Amino acid sequence: MNALRRNVLKGAAGAGTVAMAVAAGLLKPTQALAGVPRSAFEAKNVGDALKNMSVSAPADSKDITIKAPDIAENGAVVPVEVTSGIPGTTAIAILAEKNATPLVADFGLMGGAEAYISTRIKMGQTSLVRAVVMAGGKAYTAAKEVKVTIGGCGG
Amino acid sequence: MAEPMRIRATMAGDVADVKVLMNHPMETGLRKDAKTGQLVPAHYITDVTATVNGAQVLDAGLSGGISKNPYLGFRVKGPKKGDKVVVNWTDNKGDKNSAEAIIG
Repeated sequence: MNALRRNVLKGAAGAGTVAMAVAAGLLKPTQALAGVPRSAFEAKNVGDALKNMSVSAPADSKDITIKAPDIAENGAVVPVEVTSGIPGTTAIAILAEKNATPLVADFGLMGGAEAYISTRIKMGQTSLVRAVVMAGGKAYTAAKEVKVTIGGCGG
Repeated sequence: MAEPMRIRATMAGDVADVKVLMNHPMETGLRKDAKTGQLVPAHYITDVTATVNGAQVLDAGLSGGISKNPYLGFRVKGPKKGDKVVVNWTDNKGDKNSAEAIIG
């Protein structure tokens, strides 16, 4: 344990050691969006969700494309497609801003996975659908409004 | 035990297009049963991972905000026809399911 700690402090060899420590479960990844803590999924608003994801002030980006209907008749099933044109994209998160728990899903991409995700989400009411993209350790975001005729979260 | 899931993987140029359909109720825990007025307990997939030929390509966290019977589409650059894609999920009750497909 002490040897490991010294290695971490060495700096140059630090990066690899930290990765090993993360893999061994000794350290929790904080800035890595992949593997966001479950607390982020339980956050009741967008600000808290982003905070729990360790994302602060993501930059607006035109390189993120969100494909979703302008009007969703059924909020229980809203198809959403997110494509990131930002080089080095490592994760894509999808948030429905006015849902009771806004963070819908987080996708960590690796091993040749393209910066593209297609899924179907629930929306309680008309709101912005926000994508947060991690690339090169930085956070980027884009949003698209989806009007919901019948909410899909209540009952 | 959970219902089987469906998975399909096809090559489009040098990119494998993978489509997965999981069978799951995805209950948020916030919905009330129309008859009893009681909250339906949360039951949703929390983690989805995917590998191509054993190498991980996707590590996803999900919530009850994903629609019932979740659909997931993703693309992976590099694999060849005949390579194997495996998708696993785990839900908040600890149930697990796995499916695999050969890229065609």
